[in-house]
Amino acid sequence: MNEALVVVENLEKRFSGSQGLLGLGRRPPVRAVNGVSFEIPAGSTLGLVGESGCGKTTVGRAILRLIEPDGGRVIVDGVDVRAQGPAELRALRRRMQIVFQDPYGSLNPRMTVRRALAEPLAIHGLATGAERERRIASLLEEVGLDRRLADSYPHELSGGQRQRVGIARALSVEPKFLVLDEPVSALDVSVQAQVLNLLADLQERRHLTYLFIAHDLAVVQHIADEITVMYLGRVVEMAPAAELYEAPRHPYTAALLSAVPVPDPGAQRERIVLTGEVPSPTNPPSGCPFHPRCPHPRKDERCRTEAPALRAVAPAHVAACHFAEDPI
Amino acid sequence: MSTPVLRVRDLRTYFVTERGGGTARAVDGVSFDLYPGETLGIVGESGSGKTVTSLSLLRLVPEPPGHVLPGSFIEFEGRSVLELSPKELRAIRGAQMAMIFQEPTASLNPVFTVGAQVAEAAIIHQRLSRRAARARAIEMLALVGIPDPETRADAYPHQLSGGMLQRVMIAMALVCHPKVLIADEPTTALDVTIQAQILELLDRLQDELGMGVVLITHDLGIVAGTADRVLVMYAGQVVETATTRELFARPLHPYTEGLLASVPRLDAPRRRLHTIPGQVPPATAWPTGCRFHPRCPHAWEKCASEEPPLLAGGEEPGHLTRCWLQTEPGRRKAQ
Repeated sequence: MNEALVVVENLEKRFSGSQGLLGLGRRPPVRAVNGVSFEIPAGSTLGLVGESGCGKTTVGRAILRLIEPDGGRVIVDGVDVRAQGPAELRALRRRMQIVFQDPYGSLNPRMTVRRALAEPLAIHGLATGAERERRIASLLEEVGLDRRLADSYPHELSGGQRQRVGIARALSVEPKFLVLDEPVSALDVSVQAQVLNLLADLQERRHLTYLFIAHDLAVVQHIADEITVMYLGRVVEMAPAAELYEAPRHPYTAALLSAVPVPDPGAQRERIVLTGEVPSPTNPPSGCPFHPRCPHPRKDERCRTEAPALRAVAPAHVAACHFAEDPI
Repeated sequence: MSTPVLRVRDLRTYFVTERGGGTARAVDGVSFDLYPGETLGIVGESGSGKTVTSLSLLRLVPEPPGHVLPGSFIEFEGRSVLELSPKELRAIRGAQMAMIFQEPTASLNPVFTVGAQVAEAAIIHQRLSRRAARARAIEMLALVGIPDPETRADAYPHQLSGGMLQRVMIAMALVCHPKVLIADEPTTALDVTIQAQILELLDRLQDELGMGVVLITHDLGIVAGTADRVLVMYAGQVVETATTRELFARPLHPYTEGLLASVPRLDAPRRRLHTIPGQVPPATAWPTGCRFHPRCPHAWEKCASEEPPLLAGGEEPGHLTRCWLQTEPGRRKAQ
């Protein structure tokens, strides 16, 4: 396997509790990200999945320091991201970029596609004049957009075209690492397939490393080499994509997988329908944070009192469940 | 089979667009029947006309800019919905035909408790007293699986999670035991484990109450798991219809085939995804002939000039496809 381009160790992010009106209704701080660790080998894709509020988006942003982490270490391409001053951090952003879910919200509505692509080139002093024009044209071509769209405004483009602009903008500074935060969730099925194929092509051509954040397990399973599952701010399982699907060890992963609708009416699948909802991260359950919803038949007192550690259950496969050896 | 509870024939809903962009033919000649106890899935991408179809059924399309064209026909239990007076319409809406939407937060009033909002329909349509309506609301909240319904009835929408709010919406829609439920992307805004809960709930309630359900979704997986029959919509038209089993086993329309092949699947080996080139055209400028022909891998001259009707095919009666390949199967290109 390639050497890790991205190393995340014990990442922590707390959001301070809201003060409430007149200091009333004060809430305790939320541990949005709680000791998350993983590595991403150069040129590969790590999929990060979980339901809303599990902290997956916060992890992506904390790695890039779009929000400041409260603890832990982040190494990208050999550089300790948290040790960088403001100027160094700006320079480092050339190597790591992010693509958001809603390209409509992340593109300036008053900027043409050309200006949106020229801006990062100017900020990082990468190209001027004719060279800049040439780069913009080649970026558009690389993401499969007609060159004539360069003078369009975001509202004149379709969702798929806007997402291609978002990807081109991220690529303009020639990064090595991309955080893809739900990049296809807002797109229609047929357009989603186009963008997923584009991302796979770009990765191969440019040897990019991806952190692919999504709630759709089928999409993540399709694109990721390895998958990390989060629940209430923690990693509960991590494994190579095929293995995670074939043999999930954590009951939450098993339930997530079984809840994904499969486009085959004849599919005989055992559905694990979880009862209850994701508990509030302000007041996580004691012991294993998943225990109130856990369908595991062997669930016992230990689950309610003792938080299971994330431990190796197979080569390259870790899970945080007391009964990982006896999966459902 | 019994008589359909809802019959739709040649439904056309157009919009006059601003700035003289022309007329958007959002729904352009849609026909279907819905039988009691049946789930009909309507599937399509954005801009296919599936949501406007569902809004038209309850005459919820804002007029202007929208209008349902003369010649369109919607029959609910033998009555022509398009000819009902506003008063008659109000008596049907919510009581006999109900609807749930994608975003529960946008459909609930933030300043009333959820219990009061569920009770409201029972007060209006069934003339229950406030007290009886509240009891009925609590009963409904329990039915849709809201824990501790007596306390939750006094909660305001912002105090509940998205999954709970969608349950409240379902309780509200079902409080008068409607014969038809129109569910427009009811789980799209929810997490996958909560989605599984809501789909199971809808399935159970449908069995218990025997209502017909029109389920509008973009998710082929949800259709496969819940619908008895499917309508595939493209560019304002039905392009294919069949029983769910038949449609997934033998898709005939190249658009249906393309959609099925472009979904990443958990239960299949990883491969490069099939893509449908291009994008859905704007409703103001549907292509001539077959509306899918500019994106179709099999299209020939006839497809660009002549619009295909729905043609029978497949192995079951009632499997229809709007495609000229049905008349000239030799034109199908190997892929």
